[in-house]
Amino acid sequence: MNKEGYKLVQGNEACVEGALAAGMRFFAGYPITPSTEIAEISAEKLPALGGRFIQMEDELASMAAIIGGSLAGKKTMTATSGPGFSLMQENIGYAAITEIPCVVVNVQRGGPSTGLPTSPAQGEVMQAKWGTHGDHPAIALTPNSVQETFEYTVKAFNLAEKYRTPVIFLMDETVGHMREKMAFKDASEIEIIDRKKPTCKPEDYVAYRPDEDMIPPMAPFGEGYRYHVSGLTHDETGFPTNNNEISEKLVRRLVDKVDKNIDDFSYYEEYKLEDAEIVIIAYGGVSRSAKSAVDDLRKQNIKAGLFRPITIWPFLEKQVNKVSLNAKEIYVAEMNLGQYVLEVERIACKNCTVKSINKVNGELITPEEIVKAIGGNK
Amino acid sequence: MNCNETTKKYYRANKLPHIWCPGCGHGTLTNTIVRAVDKLGLNKDEVVIVSGIGCSSRAPGYLDFNTLHTTHGRALAFATGIKFANPKLHVIVIMGDGDSSAIGGNHLIHASRRNIDITAVVFNNNIYGMTGGQFSPTTPFGDLATTTPYGNIDKSFNLCSLAQGAGATYVGRGTAYHAPLMQKLIENGIQNKGFSFIEGLSLCPTYYGRRNKKGSAFKMHTFLKENCVDKKVVDKDPEKGKNKIIIGEFYNNPQPEYTESYQVIIDKLQG
Repeated sequence: MNKEGYKLVQGNEACVEGALAAGMRFFAGYPITPSTEIAEISAEKLPALGGRFIQMEDELASMAAIIGGSLAGKKTMTATSGPGFSLMQENIGYAAITEIPCVVVNVQRGGPSTGLPTSPAQGEVMQAKWGTHGDHPAIALTPNSVQETFEYTVKAFNLAEKYRTPVIFLMDETVGHMREKMAFKDASEIEIIDRKKPTCKPEDYVAYRPDEDMIPPMAPFGEGYRYHVSGLTHDETGFPTNNNEISEKLVRRLVDKVDKNIDDFSYYEEYKLEDAEIVIIAYGGVSRSAKSAVDDLRKQNIKAGLFRPITIWPFLEKQVNKVSLNAKEIYVAEMNLGQYVLEVERIACKNCTVKSINKVNGELITPEEIVKAIGGNK
Repeated sequence: MNCNETTKKYYRANKLPHIWCPGCGHGTLTNTIVRAVDKLGLNKDEVVIVSGIGCSSRAPGYLDFNTLHTTHGRALAFATGIKFANPKLHVIVIMGDGDSSAIGGNHLIHASRRNIDITAVVFNNNIYGMTGGQFSPTTPFGDLATTTPYGNIDKSFNLCSLAQGAGATYVGRGTAYHAPLMQKLIENGIQNKGFSFIEGLSLCPTYYGRRNKKGSAFKMHTFLKENCVDKKVVDKDPEKGKNKIIIGEFYNNPQPEYTESYQVIIDKLQG
């Protein structure tokens, strides 16, 4: 670290630093490129903090282990990439229905299947929301720099704890493997949220009875609140039920507790949007090219701007709608064949034209490619 | 402690009656776990029971401990997370035969290999009961199931050999008929500081027994009574084990335990 408090840090390393700052004391994972550094650095750093690292036999087990660890009272995380993220979907759904906080990092690489293990992609945008079966809540954050990776990993933990739900931290290989200067924050400068615990006596505890904020207090196993946790649809006591009314109420509450609080965690960046007629929407690694493209287009007297969602799920409807009211054209640039653009179209197509800039060859979309697609001189 | 007292102390009476079919061996096996916990005088607040999916996996719901009913096959992976996060908890995992050795087979061998202090109890009824009687990895060769209508051509697992081969440090087999033995094996398993694997031969008169003409639940119990021989007897006279099912304590070889080994690393780094 230099005397101004900066250090040259890799994105994956920043993720671990953020997690540790947020209070992560348990990591379970399985090696996979390009996320492996997150496991390696966690293995190195956790025991010195009294925390625990375990390499599991696969990603199914890793996801299960972080849910178990969280239920035993720890803040927990796993990290993976595409193929591993597919395996984790089973128990992401379990964490969602049982409302057990945890953070799942997916450093996206080229797919489908084994795909391009060392190359960037953004093919799991829809999977981050719909990967596990059934209706369920989804929170996913996408950073575009090393500094932001640190800060939003902290937020990912805070949201998991506050809303009692798994949070997906959707990185891409570009961000995971880039090295930039990062400011290490003092613990006192970082807001840390811990899960709400019951204050009642154990005999009065109804494990899944929500407070007014729709979130039930969570007791860790081992502290006298003996209760039942099940992935079956359950009533407020946590025990399985087939009751139609209770089932409907549970699924709606799980989704609502996240969706109806979106104003609490609508993170995004606006760049030169005030008078923008051409709006580029981009996130993660691609947004850095998009920002550069905005500057290039401005030099050519094309009124361009950038809207960059950091909260990628739930979809930022309000903000995208506002952007679309002033835009003539929106271009969604992403390293997939058009995923986020579908949501943008849903909201914006009544107000302006929505177009797609896509690339799936394993390389980052360049500023020049964006400029060219928009009709400027590259 | 008599039956009513154990029920009152350890069962969630308002969740009974259970869902198991008449004659099923799972109730007896569940009770052997409860009696073992009682015998060892464990604090209920520090006992965690984890299960996967299937008939056996419904057991934790009836028990007044910290209970976790997880996804199919994954119980040991969840349990590993719990035990590793808070090693003072006593973690007992209840699984079925398909649950533990088909979909959960990978987790079983790796939990065994790590020698993490978990007691795994498999209720082996040789069939997938919850889904209506498909063959499992312990359905005997030649037997009938809904998915082996012409006879099973898969070889069956010897679960105890599998767990022992993978590194479990305490291994034994009891049955729903030999309840006192089963209880004793579970007590020993809980006391073993490491991964303990106890197979409990159960019986499924509804799906396995009926299709394979094994007779009533009473007959199936009688079969266990007449065809199981304790390893101690066979060790003295191998002839007595011929064509029999061997039960009893198979392996007891304490080794360094996973969470304790990790604690050594923590202590060293924290100086």
